[in-house]
Amino acid sequence: MDETELRLDGNAVAGILQEMFVPELTAARGRCVGCGEVGEMGAQHLYMYPHAPGAVLRCRFCEGVLAVMVRGGGRVRMALHGLVWLEVPQPAAPA
Amino acid sequence: MRIISRGFRGRRDRTEGGRLPPGQYLVRDFPVLSAGPTPRTKLTDWSFSITGEVDEPKTWTWEQFRSLPTETLTRDIHCVTKWSKLDTAWEGVSVDTLLEGVETAAEYVMAFSDGDYTTNLPLEDLTGGRAWVAFAYDGAPLEPQHGGPARLLVPHLYLWKSAKWVRGLRLMNDDEPGFWETYGYHMYGDPWREQRYSGD
Ligand SMILES: [Zn+2]
Repeated sequence: MDETELRLDGNAVAGILQEMFVPELTAARGRCVGCGEVGEMGAQHLYMYPHAPGAVLRCRFCEGVLAVMVRGGGRVRMALHGLVWLEVPQPAAPA
Repeated sequence: MRIISRGFRGRRDRTEGGRLPPGQYLVRDFPVLSAGPTPRTKLTDWSFSITGEVDEPKTWTWEQFRSLPTETLTRDIHCVTKWSKLDTAWEGVSVDTLLEGVETAAEYVMAFSDGDYTTNLPLEDLTGGRAWVAFAYDGAPLEPQHGGPARLLVPHLYLWKSAKWVRGLRLMNDDEPGFWETYGYHMYGDPWREQRYSGD
């Protein structure tokens, strides 16, 4: 089996992230703790499966864990310890 | 509460004669789930270790591991993603065999794997003929996507406890959460009590 069949596009993480963060987060950028590369969240590698309570977002450069999300039991838990920082674009102020 | 109804001979109900835990459905194939890319460790670089709270740590090379006595077994397996598969056929080394001669007062174990995956279990769930380090599935060497060259197999708990690509057991005096347990999966994971998340 090809590894790419097991891996969803990082954009698929958007729905989960929206439960915790209001703005569109796939455009957010983050710096990997492991290798220091900066990437957009939507371009990272997401390991997630149908009906799986947990999802793992990995760095597309080094495959290090950037974020883990587990939902179930009436909550979503998110760990972002694989990110040095996460940068969310600020919406333009209304004119 | 665990209720197993064996039923009458030949009877097939929705729970396959009481073999399907609550909330699970049956599959015929073997879905692949993983928290990351499939590690590809060469057998010449592979080893299995018993470490942590032991008088003397033990290590086997692949060759030494494969010269240990093996067992074949057929078990039902249950994944937290709600699929169950009946009568899966494995070959492996019993954890009882690996722990022979190991002196320890530890009550918990952290299984650790290639790819930095870990999962915690009570030691007593790994002993008494209830757990194996499996290297063959359905009569063939265990494929990498199913955890080969060797995976832990603890069929009475949800499958995330059966760590793929397992490289050893670290014995611990106190329970500590493994990878998924840290993020909210249940510390024990009994499918018959639907222990999917902490608090279940
Ligand atoms: Zn990285």
